[in-house]
Amino acid sequence: MLTRGFSGRKSAQEFVDRIPPGQHLVENFPVLSAGPAPRVDTAEWKFSLKIGPKPVKAWTWAEFNALPQSKWVRDIHCVTTWSKLDTQWEGVTIDDILADADLEAPTEFVLAHSYDGYSTNVPIADLSVGKAMVATKFGGKPLERDHGGPARLLVPHLYFWKSAKWVNGLQFTTRDEAGFWELRGYHMRGDPWREQRYTND
Amino acid sequence: MSSDTPTTDGQSAKIEWQSAVVSSIVRQTPTITSYFFRLPQPFAYRAGQHVDVRLTAPDGYSASRSYSIASSPCKMFSDPSAEIELAIERLEEGEVSPFFHAVVQENDEIALRGPLGGHFVWPEKPAGPILLIGSGSGLVPLISMLRHACRTDNDTPVALLLSARTREDVLYRDELIAYEEKLRRFSLRLAITREPPHRDKDFGRRIDAGMLGEVLGDLPAMPAHVFICGSNGFVNIAADGALAAGLPAAAIKTERYGE
Ligand SMILES: Cc1cc2nc3c(=O)[nH]c(=O)nc-3n(C[C@H](O)[C@H](O)[C@H](O)COP(=O)(O)OP(=O)(O)OC[C@H]3O[C@@H](n4cnc5c(N)ncnc54)[C@H](O)[C@@H]3O)c2cc1C
Repeated sequence: MLTRGFSGRKSAQEFVDRIPPGQHLVENFPVLSAGPAPRVDTAEWKFSLKIGPKPVKAWTWAEFNALPQSKWVRDIHCVTTWSKLDTQWEGVTIDDILADADLEAPTEFVLAHSYDGYSTNVPIADLSVGKAMVATKFGGKPLERDHGGPARLLVPHLYFWKSAKWVNGLQFTTRDEAGFWELRGYHMRGDPWREQRYTND
Repeated sequence: MSSDTPTTDGQSAKIEWQSAVVSSIVRQTPTITSYFFRLPQPFAYRAGQHVDVRLTAPDGYSASRSYSIASSPCKMFSDPSAEIELAIERLEEGEVSPFFHAVVQENDEIALRGPLGGHFVWPEKPAGPILLIGSGSGLVPLISMLRHACRTDNDTPVALLLSARTREDVLYRDELIAYEEKLRRFSLRLAITREPPHRDKDFGRRIDAGMLGEVLGDLPAMPAHVFICGSNGFVNIAADGALAAGLPAAAIKTERYGE
């Protein structure tokens, strides 16, 4: 259905193949979250890995920062329709986290948990083999509280709500269990190239 | 963890696009205009939910944005053919909002789908008083809540702290003032940032923690639910102020419209 009189803002033709359907480019970095931003002191920060209810390994801030660090430049896409190109991140890949725990993925599904009680489900296939990291730096600087600092999950190929802010753990689950937004009408997988915004899109 | 009840179980059907007809357009403030839509497939919604709007150009390019529903959900219960109201603020250099303001006319058809969002919603059974905090067009989901509360729920005390640049910029000003005169359990406080306030109980400054303390005094008890909506900077100040006033993080829900 055409919208009478609409031609759109023709600003980003050169990047069209990097912008998923229904998305538009922004230069700024908008913030979205369901509640107040928690204040997490790195002295208290802990990141843990669990299989179901069972803890496997946990890292303090110092231990986590001693893991192999990766630097990525990625495009990111928010379900509210903004996309941002060439964002710079640093952190520890999920592969390196699992390797440090000496763990092979025991199930296909993962729930990421955060300090504010937020959770989001991501299949391990979307986290492993260089697809995702726990990021502690953005643009070369420590990740700001507003953007999920000290650490957030980064799964750049999925809509950005999957990149849980203030992340404090990954939990393997036997089933694909809906996380916070997935229980509130958002898609279970969230692939921007297939416009999987809301439930069953 | 958040105290709201999820509205879907992740299993519900896909929400389809429909071609909504603009039935009327009402200018509300110098920058905010209401658009009323007739829906070919009406839907029930909860106060605070939003719709997505999609504009499509002849070359296939499309742009979509989210807009909160301003109208009261109970209208839909009594009359399923009721219209829904969106109130859209014109952002300079924006793509979609200036299009609404400059181009959209009555009888135009706009692709829209909803209801969307299951977090920033009025609780089915409020557990206590409710505090609403908004700025500018951030009032939109809050007015839906207020309209709903004024019609259905006769006991829950509600306080609204609303920030706007000038008195003229206060969206739904007359309606808000009328609610306050009519309903003893509703208290309205305006924070006017660019001119002196007109009413004694209003503030002539940007929102801050001290102001929140005063507004909390309008309620008979600490609020069980706090809804904050506006620009990101505003929401951060309000949310941090609410935490500083002793409200638990789990009681505070936020919706952020942009920078
Ligand atoms: C859940 C939700 C509910 C919402 N409800 C409402 C509501 O009820 N009412 C309301 O008014 N808004 C609401 N919004 C905000 C709305 O979705 C839009 O973000 C808003 O209308 C701006 O869209 P736009 O296309 O006009 O501006 P955009 O094109 O998105 O631009 C936004 C700003 O960024 C700048 N900008 C970004 N990219 C460019 C570029 N390439 N070139 C130039 N400038 C650029 C513009 O200057 C502009 O000021 C809501 C948002 C959400 C997430």
